[in-house]
Amino acid sequence: MLMFWNGYALPTVIIVAQVVAIVVPLMLAVAYLTYAERKVLAAMQLRMGPNVVGWWGLLQPIADGLKLLTKETVIPSGANRLLFVAAPMLSFILALVAWAVIPFSAGMVLANINVGVLYLFAISSLGVYGIVVAGWASNSKYAFLGALRSAAQMVSYEVSIGFVIVTVIMCAGSMNLSKIVEAQKHVWFFIPLFPMFIVFFISGLAETNRTPFDLAEGESELVAGYFVEYSSMTFALFYLGEYANMILISAMTAVLFLGGWLPPIDIAPLNWIPGPVWFALKIAVGLFFFLWARATLPRYRYDQLMRLGWKVFLPFSLLWVALTAGVLVYGGLV
Amino acid sequence: MAFLDRTARSFLLAELVKGLGLTFSYMFKPRATINYPYEKGPLSPRFRGEHALRRYANGEERCIACKLCEAICPAQAITIEAEPREDGSRRTTRYDIDMTKCIYCGFCQEACPVDAIVEGPNFEYAAETREELYYNKDKLLANGDRWEAEIASNLAADAPYR
Repeated sequence: MLMFWNGYALPTVIIVAQVVAIVVPLMLAVAYLTYAERKVLAAMQLRMGPNVVGWWGLLQPIADGLKLLTKETVIPSGANRLLFVAAPMLSFILALVAWAVIPFSAGMVLANINVGVLYLFAISSLGVYGIVVAGWASNSKYAFLGALRSAAQMVSYEVSIGFVIVTVIMCAGSMNLSKIVEAQKHVWFFIPLFPMFIVFFISGLAETNRTPFDLAEGESELVAGYFVEYSSMTFALFYLGEYANMILISAMTAVLFLGGWLPPIDIAPLNWIPGPVWFALKIAVGLFFFLWARATLPRYRYDQLMRLGWKVFLPFSLLWVALTAGVLVYGGLV
Repeated sequence: MAFLDRTARSFLLAELVKGLGLTFSYMFKPRATINYPYEKGPLSPRFRGEHALRRYANGEERCIACKLCEAICPAQAITIEAEPREDGSRRTTRYDIDMTKCIYCGFCQEACPVDAIVEGPNFEYAAETREELYYNKDKLLANGDRWEAEIASNLAADAPYR
């Protein structure tokens, strides 16, 4: 009995507690990201934004969540019921699962695996399945077109994200995310790899289907794209998943380029602030750029999107991989 | 040279950065909108809102059942029935406006020879059922009593331009 307790039960309880400790703040962050988005967009469009529910509208995301919970889940008669319900769950779970390897501070990581970067890359590639399944299972033209676009877009931009990650791995000499952060002790990677940083961020916009790459939703031509048939909690799961993915991409940007939990300079007042606070600040800055881009840019046309992905980003990032490798080898930095 | 210039601009994301700068500067400008239910924008004295039937100062209703408003109403939203009263004066027995048909053109108040039917300044009378928007004479007279001060001042303000 004692062995069972020490061998299985206790570690399980600890891991569940850790998972809860990650997921609950993440869900809160997602809720308040929707609020921040509405406020930032409103400010940039000279509007007020939500300001009625609670002080300055602070309870608005909770009210929205309750509203969605009490709505009816409509399943279209032509839909594949099983896949229709499974798709939003898939999207949502994948958006959460990726957080297992994100280091919040030195040693503060749920699964400190040595292929953390590959794991993140694999999970974000799987994200496309939720969308494709949703588009197909809805049995609707708009949803299907949205899913096709989204699949093509995510595949295209994952290629350049891959090359960006390769340069970072080369510079850090490890695929462990904590080691990648520690490798940025002296200089954050966004300084030497600035062009790759930009490529990564723009590809991140495309990867999360955010403006200016939100063709998958494209409300002006596809109504709402792949989730046009969804309502109530099934819709809410897609929504939460999309925003959790935004936070994830910002966290990846922070880990890969902005020195994760490290302070900008390792001097007295700055290194008193605990790592998770720095990490959260960097994520917040990344998210602000997401919202800022949405307030600024119109949507790309489909062919422009493909041209940018394959004819600009791919050769450009390939060139930078070669260049970085050359500098590392001939500069004797490896 | 033009090619170099164009390439440099597109690779340095010049236009993108300019656009981002513009939206960022807008964040700190004063809001262009008002906080509607708590703040309200100005209304012209000619504003055509909810209808009202007015009375004279002695409490006598103005409407003389000439039916000009019913005749001119392009949406045929007004229904009037009339009979002589005991004192011999001609008054309406029924004065209905279907507010769901009304297009708020203001022809009824233009047609009225005694300024009885007017469109007042009130526009916040949304209802949850259609039935609540079928106004009868009592409702219209009650509106007139409620909004008389505003209606009278608006009519006075607009009078020099008529």
